[in-house]
Amino acid sequence: MLQVNELSGGYGSGLIVRGVSFSVKQGELFGILGPNGSGKTTLLNMISGLTKPASGTIVVKEKPILTYAPKELARVVAVLPQMTSSQYAYTVKETVSLGRYAHQTGFFKSWTNEDETAVQEAMNQTGTSLFADKQLSALSGGERQRVFLAQALAQEPEILLLDEPTNHLDLSFQKDLLDLLKQMTSNGLTVISIFHDLNLASLYCDRLLLMKNGAVHTIGTAADIMKEQHIHDVYNTDVQKQPHPEVPKPQMSLLPAPSNVQPVEIGEELLEWHSDYISIRPPVPLKTLSSGVIGAGWGWRSAFVNRHVDKNYNMDNFEEEAANYFHERGFDLNETVGMMTAVKMNDASYRREVRDDVSVFVVATAGVGNAVDVTRPRASWKEKKKPGTINIWVFANGKLSEEAFVQGLMTATEAKAKALADAGVRDPETGTIATGTSTDSMLIAATQRGAYQQFAGSITPLGIAIGCAVYKSVTEALEKSSRRKAML
Amino acid sequence: MRKRSTRTFLPNKKTAYAFALLFLIGAIFIGTAVGTIHVPFRHIAAILAHHLFGTGLSMDASIDNIVWKIRFPRVVLAGLIGASLAIAGAAFQGLLRNPLADPYTLGVSSGASVGAVLVLFFHVSIPFLGGFTLPVVSVATAILTIFCVLLFAQTIERSMKLETIILTGIIFSSFLGSFISLMIALTGEELRQIINWLLGSVSMRGWSYVQLMTPFFIGGALLLMYMAPELNAMSFGEEKAKYLGVNVQRKKMMVLIAGSVLTGAAVAVSGTIGFVGLVVPHFVRILIGPDHRHLLPLSMITGAGFLIMADLTARTIISPTELPIGVITSLIGAPVFALILLNKKRKGGVA
Repeated sequence: MLQVNELSGGYGSGLIVRGVSFSVKQGELFGILGPNGSGKTTLLNMISGLTKPASGTIVVKEKPILTYAPKELARVVAVLPQMTSSQYAYTVKETVSLGRYAHQTGFFKSWTNEDETAVQEAMNQTGTSLFADKQLSALSGGERQRVFLAQALAQEPEILLLDEPTNHLDLSFQKDLLDLLKQMTSNGLTVISIFHDLNLASLYCDRLLLMKNGAVHTIGTAADIMKEQHIHDVYNTDVQKQPHPEVPKPQMSLLPAPSNVQPVEIGEELLEWHSDYISIRPPVPLKTLSSGVIGAGWGWRSAFVNRHVDKNYNMDNFEEEAANYFHERGFDLNETVGMMTAVKMNDASYRREVRDDVSVFVVATAGVGNAVDVTRPRASWKEKKKPGTINIWVFANGKLSEEAFVQGLMTATEAKAKALADAGVRDPETGTIATGTSTDSMLIAATQRGAYQQFAGSITPLGIAIGCAVYKSVTEALEKSSRRKAML
Repeated sequence: MRKRSTRTFLPNKKTAYAFALLFLIGAIFIGTAVGTIHVPFRHIAAILAHHLFGTGLSMDASIDNIVWKIRFPRVVLAGLIGASLAIAGAAFQGLLRNPLADPYTLGVSSGASVGAVLVLFFHVSIPFLGGFTLPVVSVATAILTIFCVLLFAQTIERSMKLETIILTGIIFSSFLGSFISLMIALTGEELRQIINWLLGSVSMRGWSYVQLMTPFFIGGALLLMYMAPELNAMSFGEEKAKYLGVNVQRKKMMVLIAGSVLTGAAVAVSGTIGFVGLVVPHFVRILIGPDHRHLLPLSMITGAGFLIMADLTARTIISPTELPIGVITSLIGAPVFALILLNKKRKGGVA
């Protein structure tokens, strides 16, 4: 559909775009990314025929763009600039109708049925027919942008060029516009658009062109472009990549410049004891991966609560009950990890371990009425359970990679299994050594300050610290609760 | 939404044309009728029918003379000038995307004035042209000025952005204006003549001036009206017009030349008459909207009627003394324009 070969050009004497080559197929949604001044708009202006290239060629539908007559080109390529304005009070309909200019031929330029249909369809597609008779000046920025999109669509182009189309739009219009464009590409329209927002571009574009200093840095799919190294190269800023929660496309998060970071140490002095719960409220939010009943998954958490519940606690609508419980005690549910156990809070054990440049603080409660050997088959997981759960908190005073979080969970789990084995805890159903209980929870939380820990495997300093601390605290907690049981 | 009411005031374009034509015909008849000797409308109709369609005439020859030789050519000339200035003003406002542009923006009037003042100052009389020398020289210098401005703008910047053209126009206006001032300063007995010409007048011109003006008017007006869709596109900016498929470079030149030729011809035959090209298109735009396909013809019709009425006022308000017509248009135009602006600001929008 469009081939750009060794294109160079700019305004005045300097070359802004240097030797750019790429091609776009019909029906593609092609994004152009790059920092300010990287030549995105100049490139687009050359493709739209606004600026003559200094060298190189642009071929649209197998025909060099310079050989197109203005009207002929407008029937193939339509452009939606960042902002279009008029001093005069044109109505929406009048504005959209201007899109038919290139299709009106002959001396009298009569308005045909075909013109009217194209205008109506463009207005319907963009949702602008609702205010067809309103004046442009009476519309909001987002509505106006949609009117000009309708104008461009009324040109019935085969290629649509957009310069940061979502610039003036609020969130929902951004999405609507891009959804519409995406849908139109499946009907054969080719869309080439400049994006400012890496994440939006990554979500919607089939392929992306990343520009740096007027030249191509990378061309490829979102996965090819959205690499932390590329973005750092081009934008000279630190970003962190993560997957989109629902769509298999990468997203980038900005990393603000670190501001005066005080070291933070999580230790036993932060542990608050109450009759029915224990909690830790660290001075800064901790990056946390957890399986607690409240605040599971990834998050930045500023409170950690392990709560004693009666062994006859009704589990049917525990979420609502638990939410109320934490709320009443002044915990912000969005920032809290909550766990529950039938174990008395006095039986909680904790342990601090230091290895090299990292320290780990572990808090554990352990009840084993439900002990399970996960390697043995069992009839059903639904049978009536006795109370008993192992809850483990692992606080790492260091900066952990996501890899380290996962390895930390593995290491902690291994240590827990070893503690159960050494204590001789058995699965009552199978009679074999138990590996855990049916309702265990675990979290690993890191201050993300101090020394960087890329790994937490079993022979790394962090891993060894986690292993020791978990083993010792779980063992101690098991002893405490079995002693209490024995006294009863 | 209040603004819509001004647009729905004349919901139908046909109604707008009917009103404008009625206003023009009314102006023509009143302009011809009123004077030291009053001529009834039916006599005017009879005389016009006689001369235009060859119907019989049973009337005093002196009345026929007053109407056909003196008043009617004056009314027609005023109408042509008003129409030219208004349509050129409307086109320039659309092209330059500025509702405050007027046909004199590009320095055309200064060019025409320099030619006219030169003729008056040096008492030039070109053989075969005689008394006709002044308008002919004036049209020539006006057209010369346009081409100088455009050429100069192109030397500055090949793509000829409108901003460049406006700046060039201002430079030429000031430069030529200082020439006029110089000649005024050096002149003696011709001072009054020069000032009178500069203030504008359509008196004692006769059919020959109408004949001089007509080809420029027909050519310029038709060209501009043919360019209405392009003007619509270009009022969204040159880039947008280009995206829509307009050959911006060529159409821009055509509009500038057509508008300037109209203006130059008008200035040449009547002197600089201000405010018509500014107020009339503005007023029409408020009534029927900015679509140039209707704005241009309606501005033309309304402008013609407006200038005929202004000329009538100029020659009757302190009769027998005649005021320069430029004074009247500015006296009426400036306050009307102020009112329009005030009204618009209150409603809080841009027309």
